[in-house]
Amino acid sequence: MSGPSTYVPKSGFARWMDTRLPIMRLAHDTVITFPTPRNLNIWYTFGGILAFCLGVQIITGIVLAMHYTPHTAMAFDSVEHIMRDVNYGWLIRYVHANGASMFFLAVYIHMFRGLYYGSYKDPREMIWILGVILYVLMMATAFLGYTLPWGQMSFWAATVITNLFSAIPFVGEAIVNLLWGGFSVDNPTLQRFFSLHYLLPFVIAGVVILHIWALHVPGNNNPLGIDVKGPQDTLPFHPYYTVKDLFYLSLFLILFAAFVFYAPNYLGHSINYIEADPLVTPPHIVPEWYFLPFYAILRSIPDKLMGVVALFGSMLTLFFVPWLDTGKVRSARFRPTYRIFFWLFVFDCFVLGYAGSQPVDGVLFNTPISLLLVARIATLYFFLHFWVIMPLVGLFETPKPLPDSIAKPVLQAAE
Amino acid sequence: MLKLPMRNALLAFGIAALGALSAPASAAEHGAAVESRDWSFNGPFGTYDRAELQRGYQVYKEVCSACHSLNRIAFRNLSDAGGPGFTELEVRALAASYQIPAEPNERGETTDAEGRPLMREALPSDYFPSRFPNDNAARASNNGALPPDLSLITKARDGGSDYIYALLTGYGHEVPAGVTVNPGQYYNPYFLGGLLAMPQPLFANQVTYADGTEASIEQMAHDVTAFLTWTAEPKMEERKSLGFAVILFLIAFSGLCFLSYRKLWHGEH
Ligand code: HEC
Ligand code: HEM
Repeated sequence: MSGPSTYVPKSGFARWMDTRLPIMRLAHDTVITFPTPRNLNIWYTFGGILAFCLGVQIITGIVLAMHYTPHTAMAFDSVEHIMRDVNYGWLIRYVHANGASMFFLAVYIHMFRGLYYGSYKDPREMIWILGVILYVLMMATAFLGYTLPWGQMSFWAATVITNLFSAIPFVGEAIVNLLWGGFSVDNPTLQRFFSLHYLLPFVIAGVVILHIWALHVPGNNNPLGIDVKGPQDTLPFHPYYTVKDLFYLSLFLILFAAFVFYAPNYLGHSINYIEADPLVTPPHIVPEWYFLPFYAILRSIPDKLMGVVALFGSMLTLFFVPWLDTGKVRSARFRPTYRIFFWLFVFDCFVLGYAGSQPVDGVLFNTPISLLLVARIATLYFFLHFWVIMPLVGLFETPKPLPDSIAKPVLQAAE
Repeated sequence: MLKLPMRNALLAFGIAALGALSAPASAAEHGAAVESRDWSFNGPFGTYDRAELQRGYQVYKEVCSACHSLNRIAFRNLSDAGGPGFTELEVRALAASYQIPAEPNERGETTDAEGRPLMREALPSDYFPSRFPNDNAARASNNGALPPDLSLITKARDGGSDYIYALLTGYGHEVPAGVTVNPGQYYNPYFLGGLLAMPQPLFANQVTYADGTEASIEQMAHDVTAFLTWTAEPKMEERKSLGFAVILFLIAFSGLCFLSYRKLWHGEH
């Protein structure tokens, strides 16, 4: 699909550049003429939204770093200084803190979109794998960033999560000491976390470039999941998708702004407005909402090492999805059985998220059902979905007939 | 910050947090449910009530400051836009009513001939001084409990302003059977665990409001909570009004984008 370039340099300077550093040709082919399936729906606008979110985090983050002090004795005060004394500091910080949540909201929609339309299948495995790498990097970045304000939850979340590594046989202790830069979460920890929190977003930006590069080799998948047959099936990216993406980005920004301006602390934890105190353990240590399903998986297993294995296993599983799904048809629109299991899986993720948000010994909505049991079943189902259901459904399901092409009005009732 | 290597404690803690089977949370881990109040600053258009903040400041100054610091607030903040709305002149006078430790004099001394610390009148740029020189001194005069700094308190507790109001008006309840109140402890159902080291701070007519408002416990609790909500979120009014403009703009912008999108895509679907 990336096909021959149609770029024609218009000015003398452009011609001169084109034979030396064809960067305008690259830009032209990537965001102007790139042939894009004409049937992409709202769920395909989240890639652009994610790029926007990364830009927002980097810009607000750089400004925050101008005023922030990565030292245990000053970090909390410097964040309050940003909130109170820096011009529009409150805005920059609230955008950055809520921006992380918006980033994750977008990435989850983006990933479920991929699972629904089979976007990870041949020939798009590398796009998916790079995506999973981006997701893992985002989680690391957000975790490191959450430590920086040095509130109670910052400190205790850092303590709990870094301690996980001590479960690794033989090298665990050494890894934890390396993460801490000492024998407990302390100033060296905060300083290395700040350094890494500043670094990782630029690594993310680099992987984003690879992700888009990989996308531009086979081109976009689409809601029908069938291949583009010719020019009648596509539209140039600009202006068709630039305008469409801008419209949905703008709607997304309304939600973003609603949080930043009217509920800036709604997604946070009140105890993070208490300065970190290694001597006072908070009654409930809860991660940010976007980590809750993984937190539930971790806590559902009584053995520490096995809990950690399950946690990392659940993330690693995502890398294998292109090969675990044995179905030949991409889009769930034509896969009646897979579609049911897709929605069950979405539900399972919400159940895990809910279980992760509650105390371990909680019960399900005033019933006598133990949440621990619920979390265990949901964890089991998480793995079953990928390792058993996906391969089997692909083998046994009879897909619905596929339409001939994207451009032809779809005669078969697709949905 | 304490730098004790607390490795074992941390490890044990990590395991407890992971090992899914920790001790059941007792009911006392949650304070009694608090009622939501109708604050002037609630909702997308809510603002602070200047008179309320000024009265609340008076309650803080005359009552709470005996034990609690307010470290993040400078006197000048009292005349900032979106705050209690004191005039700069008032703030100057108000700051001057506080004595704070002076900088070393030209001979490098910080104490006078008798060894007393040199003091000076506070300026608007100075921060509220604490009653106690350090946390341990504060603990020592409060039965070992540290009265927390109040600058961020409404954001640092679940339930926010509603909780602070409930706590301040939550004294005088009958102590439930089975709860032992030791000397230096007070029963308040809204506090996590029910027992805290703060004696009932407010009593009717403890302050005399300049505007003639009756100083009931509820009134003072309401005013001081509003004041502390401002100290925790001093940019709230600016935030909400900027947010209104931003969201209006985004709605209009989305409308324009939608129209161009529809026009452009007409017949292309
Ligand atoms: C006699 C000293 C004293 C006075 C006066 C006082 N407090 Fe306290 N306050 C304390 C102490 C001590 C604590 C710590 C209690 C504990 O942790 O058990 C405390 C705790 C608090 C807390 C935190 C409760 C929590 O959830 O942790 C708040 C809020 C509070 N005080 C508000 C006020 C306000 C508002 C006033 C003025 C109306 C006031 N206090 C006056 C001593 C005082
Ligand atoms: C992938 C992009 C990023 C994510 C997901 C992210 C996430 C976060 C999170 C969750 C916090 C804690 C916010 C809070 O509770 O206060 C934070 C804080 C911070 N981040 Fe980032 N961040 C990103 C990029 C960056 C970049 C690029 C920089 C700097 C160049 C940066 C600098 C900071 C600073 C200085 C803080 C501490 C100030 C504060 O807590 O508000 N961030 N980040």
